[in-house]
Amino acid sequence: MNNAATGEPLLAARDLVKTHGRTSALRGASLDLRAGEILAVTGASGSGKSTLLHCLAGIVRPDRGSVTYDGQRLDRLPEKRLSELRRTDFGVVFQFGQLIPELTALDNVALPLMLAGTPRSRAHERAGEWLERFGVRGQEELRPGEMSGGQAQRTALARALVTDPKVVFADEPTGALDSLAGEQVMTALAHTARESGTAVLLITHDARTAAYADREASLHDGTVVAEDAALEVTR
Amino acid sequence: MIAMSTRHILLGLLASGPSHGYDLKRRHDARFPQARPLAYGQVYTTLQRLVRDGLAEVEGTDSDGGPERTVYRTTDEGARELSRWAGETAPPAPFVTNEIFAKVVVSILGGGDPAAYLRAQRAAHMERMRELTAVKTAKGADLATVLSADYALNHLDADLRWMDTTAARLTTLTAEVDAA
Repeated sequence: MNNAATGEPLLAARDLVKTHGRTSALRGASLDLRAGEILAVTGASGSGKSTLLHCLAGIVRPDRGSVTYDGQRLDRLPEKRLSELRRTDFGVVFQFGQLIPELTALDNVALPLMLAGTPRSRAHERAGEWLERFGVRGQEELRPGEMSGGQAQRTALARALVTDPKVVFADEPTGALDSLAGEQVMTALAHTARESGTAVLLITHDARTAAYADREASLHDGTVVAEDAALEVTR
Repeated sequence: MIAMSTRHILLGLLASGPSHGYDLKRRHDARFPQARPLAYGQVYTTLQRLVRDGLAEVEGTDSDGGPERTVYRTTDEGARELSRWAGETAPPAPFVTNEIFAKVVVSILGGGDPAAYLRAQRAAHMERMRELTAVKTAKGADLATVLSADYALNHLDADLRWMDTTAARLTTLTAEVDAA
C-alpha cells in the first residue's frame, strides 16, 4: 500500500518563512516529501497550505529557509533553470484545472510535451494514452467548457502527469467537485501515482481526500503542528 | 428504537424466494460484506422465531445430494411486516454517546492536555480512514464494499470536523468546565 521510498527526501522544506504584505503566511514550516509517496497537507483556510505548495514547487521563493529538491537548492536556482525544472520534473493541478479553454482535451494534455519538443503526432498519441488512463476516453475533442467538472479535472491530472514528472503538486484538486466526482478524481490520481512511482503533495482541507494519502501533515498558522503516527516531519 | 434486525434481514432475503438456513447465511454474508458474518445458530434460531410468529413457514425439505435441509418461505404477514419495517425511518440519533467529548472534559478536570489528546485522536481517525479508503479503492472492490466503507468514512469525517471545532474552542471550554 504505502510505497514511499525510504532514505533521503526527494523534496525538503526547512524553516520556511513567507510574508505577503503584513500577513505571515509561513512562519518556520518544515516538511519532507519522499520519492513515490502521497503526502496530504491539511489545515484550515489561511493556515499557509497553498503558500507552502508554491514554495515547494518553485513558484514563489520563500523569504527565509530552504527548499531542496533532489540535492539542489530550489530557492537559489536562477529563474530560467527553475522554470525548466518545473516543466521537466513537476506537474501541478489546482482547484480549477486551469485548462486552456480554446484547446481540446487532447491538445491541452499534449501541450506540455509539445513545449518540450515532442513532435505533435507523438504528443497526441501519448496524450490519448493518458486521457484513457484517467477515464476520459471519447472526450478527446471536447473543450473544457463542454466537459463536466470531474472530466475537466481528470484531464488536468492527465496534463500534469503526461511528462512523467517526479512530483505532482495538487492544490485542492477536488475542491470544486461534488463528492462522487471528487472520489473518481482522487482514485485516478492515487492509482496512477502509485503505478508510476510519482510523489504527490496533496493540499486539502477535506479529511476524506487526505485519506487517499500515505500520511498527513497538518498546518496551523504557517507551521506544521501535527503529524500522524507514521509521519516524520522535521520541525 | 429500531435495531439492526436479523429477523427483517432474513425476511428480506426470503422475499426473493424460498431458501434454507445455510443458503441464507451465505447470501447475508455476501450481501453485507462489512457486517459481522451471521452464526449458523443465530440463523436457525431466528428462522424458528419467524415461524412461531407467523412471518415465515416451512415449505419442505431439500437435500440436493447433501444433508437434508429445511426450506423456509415468507408468509403474507411476513411480507407485510417486511414492507412496514423497510419503509419506517430509522430515528436520527439525538445525542450519540460521545466518548471523545467525555475524555476532553475529564482531561480538563484532571489538568491534562486535551489538545494533545485531540491531536492523537485525530491521527487515529485518519489512520482508520486511510485503511477504509484502501479497502474501497482496491481493484475489484464491489459496490457493497465501497458503500459500507463510505458509510464508515462519512461518520469518521463527522467526528473529525467535530474534533477540529472543539480543538478551536478549548480555551472557552476549559474556562466553562473550571468554573462549574
